[in-house]
Amino acid sequence: MAHQIIATSRSATGIPTGRLAVWWVVASEIFIFGGLIAAYLLNRFLHGSWAQEAAATSTLIGGINTFWLLTSSWFVVIAHHYSEQKNAKKTRQFLWLTILLGGFFMGFKFVEYYKEITHGMTLFTNNFWSFYYTATGLHGFHVLCGMVIMAIIAEGDIKNERNWHRVENIGIYWHFVDIVWIFLFPLLYIAK
Amino acid sequence: MAGNSLKKYNQIYVALLILFIISVLGPELADILGMEGLSRMALILPTAFGIAIVKAYMVAAHFMHLKTEKIYAPYILLASLALMFVFFFGVKIDIMAAEGHNWEKPYEEPTGSAGHHGDSHHDHGEKADDHH
Repeated sequence: MAHQIIATSRSATGIPTGRLAVWWVVASEIFIFGGLIAAYLLNRFLHGSWAQEAAATSTLIGGINTFWLLTSSWFVVIAHHYSEQKNAKKTRQFLWLTILLGGFFMGFKFVEYYKEITHGMTLFTNNFWSFYYTATGLHGFHVLCGMVIMAIIAEGDIKNERNWHRVENIGIYWHFVDIVWIFLFPLLYIAK
Repeated sequence: MAGNSLKKYNQIYVALLILFIISVLGPELADILGMEGLSRMALILPTAFGIAIVKAYMVAAHFMHLKTEKIYAPYILLASLALMFVFFFGVKIDIMAAEGHNWEKPYEEPTGSAGHHGDSHHDHGEKADDHH
């Protein structure tokens, strides 16, 4: 019987192909979010008015969203733990709990956007708010993508007890999205 | 990576939550005490940003397993971060300066409260207006 040839690991690094690919994705994301954060820092240093604008963001909602993401990171690493034990039920359970918390994050983000937009702070109000909506919107898009991929892995792979390594791969991505928020939170919500 | 126990993950999570609470309380305390200037910076920088770095390290090292991952992965990420810093400090010199050799930035800081000065979206146009 002929075998389908699949490169499962890279001999140069010893890292499984899928996981190595995710590390490269994370490296590219460092430039995307790093560039945004660097631009924000420079503008924040340069313009005193940005601190006044930051005072209008809701520390409470930002804090609650930080809690959701930190907890979701904890859940996804537990899902990874159970995936290593090939425990499909527990792995799926924690993947869906992670998705649920991602949903809470997005829900609170929409409430926050609604409040800000109805108070006249839109994408076009000034440069601070342009940056705010770009950075948080791009981050929210990453959260949404992570949720969709996680649901596909939970129902397409883990339910059928295959491709267990994908839980770790999506976990690495999800943790990175969490790290980005760890830096956006003090920049946009705390330092006023 | 199978040696990682749930107990360790739980401990890291609790530590992250404690750090998160401190990072919120520090700047709130600065507001309550009415701190301004250097003393305010001295409280906010370590509590908000110092703790953010510690939290990011804990997530990367323990949740992303970078501590036990093959060395190539940390190299890839650290190289990316290093290039980011080159970019940051490379452009910072020009952006932060108000004038240089045969150029100046005739820029005035907009005044007004949050969300109420719609005219400040012209900032970029003014800043880019270098005179040669």
